[in-house]
Amino acid sequence: MNTTNIILIPLLPLLSFILLGLGGKRLFGDKAGWIASLAMLISFVLACGVAMNYFGDHSADAYVGKVVFSFPWLPFGNGLKINMGALVDPITSLMLFVVTFISLMVHIFSLAYMKGEERFHIYYAFLGLFTFSMLGLVISSNLFQIYIFWELVGVSSFLLIGFYYQKNAALAAAKKAFIVTRFADLGFLIGILVLSAEANTLDFQQLMINLSSPEYTSAAGEFMGISVLSWGLALVFIGAAGKSAMFPLHIWLPDAMEGPTPVSALIHAATMVVAGVFLVARLYPLYSIAEVGVQSLISSIGAFTAIFAALIACTQTDIKRVLAYSTVSQIGFMMFSLGIMSEDHLGYTASMFHLFTHAIFKALLFLAAGVIIHYVHSNEMQDMGGLAKKMPVTHIVFLLACLAIAGIPPFAGFFSKEEILLNAWNNNRPIFFIALLTSGLTAFYMFRLYFSIFWNKPHHEQGHGKKEGSWFELIPLMILGVGTVLAGFVPFGEYVSADGKPHHAPIDLQFSLGPVGIALLGILLAAWMYFKASSKPEKTAAGFGVFYKAAKHKFYIDEIWLGFTKGVLFNLIGRPAAWFDRNVIDTLVKGAGSATQSAAEGIKGMQSGKVQQYGLYFLFGIIIIVSVFLFTQGGR
Amino acid sequence: MNLLWIVGVPLLTGLAIVLAPARHARMIALGGAILQMALVIGLYFSFTHEREVGNVFPLLFEKQYQWFPSLGFSLHIGVDGISVAMMMLTAFVVVAGVLVSWKMEHMKKEFFFFLTLLAFGAYGFFMSMDLMVLFFFLEVAVIPKYLFISIWGSGNKTYSANKLALMLMGGSALILVGILGLYFSLPPESRTFDMVKLAETGIGFEIQRWVFPLVFVGFGVFTALFPFHTWVPDGHSSAPTAGSMFLAGISMKLGGYGCLRAATYLMPEGAHEYANIIIVLASIAIIYGAFATMMQKDLKYINAYSSISHCGFVLLGIGMLTKTAITGAVFQMVSHGLMTALFFAIIGMVYERTHTRLVAQMGGLLKVMPFIISAMFIAGFCSLGLPGLSGFVAEMTVFVGSWETKDVFHRTATVIGAMSIVVTAVYILRAVGQVAMGPLVASGEGVDDARWYERWSVIILIAGILVMGLAPFWLYELVSPGVEIIVNQFAGK
Repeated sequence: MNTTNIILIPLLPLLSFILLGLGGKRLFGDKAGWIASLAMLISFVLACGVAMNYFGDHSADAYVGKVVFSFPWLPFGNGLKINMGALVDPITSLMLFVVTFISLMVHIFSLAYMKGEERFHIYYAFLGLFTFSMLGLVISSNLFQIYIFWELVGVSSFLLIGFYYQKNAALAAAKKAFIVTRFADLGFLIGILVLSAEANTLDFQQLMINLSSPEYTSAAGEFMGISVLSWGLALVFIGAAGKSAMFPLHIWLPDAMEGPTPVSALIHAATMVVAGVFLVARLYPLYSIAEVGVQSLISSIGAFTAIFAALIACTQTDIKRVLAYSTVSQIGFMMFSLGIMSEDHLGYTASMFHLFTHAIFKALLFLAAGVIIHYVHSNEMQDMGGLAKKMPVTHIVFLLACLAIAGIPPFAGFFSKEEILLNAWNNNRPIFFIALLTSGLTAFYMFRLYFSIFWNKPHHEQGHGKKEGSWFELIPLMILGVGTVLAGFVPFGEYVSADGKPHHAPIDLQFSLGPVGIALLGILLAAWMYFKASSKPEKTAAGFGVFYKAAKHKFYIDEIWLGFTKGVLFNLIGRPAAWFDRNVIDTLVKGAGSATQSAAEGIKGMQSGKVQQYGLYFLFGIIIIVSVFLFTQGGR
Repeated sequence: MNLLWIVGVPLLTGLAIVLAPARHARMIALGGAILQMALVIGLYFSFTHEREVGNVFPLLFEKQYQWFPSLGFSLHIGVDGISVAMMMLTAFVVVAGVLVSWKMEHMKKEFFFFLTLLAFGAYGFFMSMDLMVLFFFLEVAVIPKYLFISIWGSGNKTYSANKLALMLMGGSALILVGILGLYFSLPPESRTFDMVKLAETGIGFEIQRWVFPLVFVGFGVFTALFPFHTWVPDGHSSAPTAGSMFLAGISMKLGGYGCLRAATYLMPEGAHEYANIIIVLASIAIIYGAFATMMQKDLKYINAYSSISHCGFVLLGIGMLTKTAITGAVFQMVSHGLMTALFFAIIGMVYERTHTRLVAQMGGLLKVMPFIISAMFIAGFCSLGLPGLSGFVAEMTVFVGSWETKDVFHRTATVIGAMSIVVTAVYILRAVGQVAMGPLVASGEGVDDARWYERWSVIILIAGILVMGLAPFWLYELVSPGVEIIVNQFAGK
């Protein structure tokens, strides 16, 4: 395997960040986007090469992880050290492909979409930084390295969400995203400290070996009745839940839609939010130890998030927000699937498969939404309608993506969701039924979106601006559309599985009847309500009464958090701390200070007031002392 | 390399400033500072060269001159990796401080003279191996600060200057009492102020027990040991830009270095005895300082209070008494010195243009001063511990080192310290976000971006932050043998 190639994959976007960030407009002008896209294209080709190389190598009967590169970055006194390295295994190869592919699509799409922006070059610089961080995250060979890139991903998303920096809403959303994920990262950080101290290493592979050995698990210490290993893994999961927008840390994701739409496609749909899923998958050998018991936490939070976000998605009217909540819901699927353990570890494969297919169709949905928003100049559903004839290409690809996410065969989402549901059915029935219901809701809200945008009322506005996007926009959409149709046929289990051995998961047609049936039901319901403009939606909403209102207000989770930060952090802790410092601790000093001041008044006459004189005295004093020393010294 | 050059250059520069006409003062100061930076970088290379050729002696370039033999103190100088790191920090901050004060008009001759004098004190301090000489240089570095604030300061400057001088003098008095007490408690034949000798012969536990707190608290005042930190917010906010940079960037490090070298290294048993108290006070400073910062409205107050929080990591690292944690403490001194100097430099530039330091009165400044505000983002990200910048390296090293001691007390303190990373993110983004983003305020209309001297000042400091943040192994190699010697003191006992 070519080590240089693997290192180049993240370094090229970094190079583009540095060049565009420093050289900016002056050097490149409008060419900035081309340079970044070129770097991204090379990265993508290299990533494909790495993936093909890795998966094409059948010499052993299982795919194993290989650390292809490692150099000590920061040693610590106790033998621990942070290495910068690259670990290549099935999920790394998968993610390298997914991240570079989606990023490339977004780069190309933005050439047209962001054209004419004042900070065009900065936009591409930040995209480069983000892609670099995400790629660094997926190749990380140890726990600390992943944390380093994890934080860099956080900051790049801050910069991209806040790209339209003059809008107060963008500032608020960027801050919220960073701070909420930082809050979760505190758990991650402490989890790292716990795990690394227990295992005496940070490297993933050694960490798994040390911590999963029966000698360790039986002898591990306890804290408050729970084993230290469980504490560590649960804390790390908090970090993962923050990045992956799991309840109740999901609040930043819908607001993050303040960023430019292609950014939403890249970060908040396809790549960054799956970082948490990736982290859990990375540590899967530890999470799957039966004694640990964090599995049920992961699966219940994932399942709850899935249905919770789907309910909210049914009530939102901003199309980007609907997509955002659908992302939260789909990530919930991936997460709970990782948490449902079974003998054959189907949940792991299914989760990664869904990550792969979701990235493609969700990126497509967001990019298509961008084209639509540019055309109608609004994010609101009620300003849309009847666009099917105006934008035929966008219409078709959007429909494909909606079918995929709803789980209709033979589109990509069907295959991955089917595996997730099958695993849930076999191992955890309550979660299966939650997931089944969520699938129905998913189909409903996606087609609510689809019908409201493309059908519903006829579109009246004529002849303002171009209708369909430009070629730079349409080509990525079409490529992603093809991906949406084909991705499901990838024999995914052959390549990615918990133990590296090929995993055969044939589709069970009888089993599929249920999920597909409920999805079709959701679509029909949406068609009935939204295909033509009518008063049915209002009536239905009124029928649900308080429940509808609560869902529309996102179940007031944002308000609860706001109350916590404003009420507790600021008013209950911050304000008293600041007051205490100025009024209690300082009082003693103030007393002493005023005493000196009055003393100084008394001897004021001795001072000439000329600082130059003081300075000279000072200097001469030093010179005298130094000369005394020079004359008396004996030397050694 | 003769270390006397390193104290000699600032002294000669100071003399030249006094003798030359006022209009040349800044040029001389800058020339001296750059020459000094070159010298210190040269020192770094000859230091690592010596180490590479196998010179494992703890102190390099050691020299001893008798000074007052009758009193038993001599000018004993020498450097280990920690000293070299601190001197490099000083060199960076001084060059940046001179550059940022380029347009200083009011009494410029005196201004640059005192700036150079402060540098002289700091360099001397970091190479002293004799307690009395150490104390002498500490005082040299303190006194000009009083003048800085009371002459070139702003706001309630007399009060701030008095408060600062009083509290730092109080700290100095504790140190002096401590070292004199130490001297006279030793048996007459082994009385000495020489730190190397003292460390070799060892100090009785009974003496350590009462001298350690005096010396530690005395130096602790300089580095904002809770509850002796109240000079920090007033002192920093009243000082002129270069003064704040120096105060937070270097002076507070004199304290941390003193706690390490004069207190912990010499009196390891005393350190053991009081370690838990240090940890408690440091944890309070970290989290309490962070929460207090959250409520500040003035940019300088924000940075000053956040310095209390960040310097808490220095003390926390020292209190943990493990090699990793103490290395982290040294990292944090270097990192905080660079970062806070950068922050104060930028606050000065913003203030000069908008005539306000109140966060609420600013907004959208990224549009009119992209360079300055981008640098402010970098300083802010460094403060909140973003990987790739120096703060992350320092904090992580402290956390890992603190976690090594496996009991609930130490781990609770670590968790409390770690909690500050969230609070820091809150106050940094609140302040920097408000200043940089949102609609442009009227006071920001038509202002210009950084001028050449401001650019260079910022670039030098960011370069330091990036080098440390991207290649921390380099600083680790420099610092860790020195830390090991300090830690071996505990192991031997």
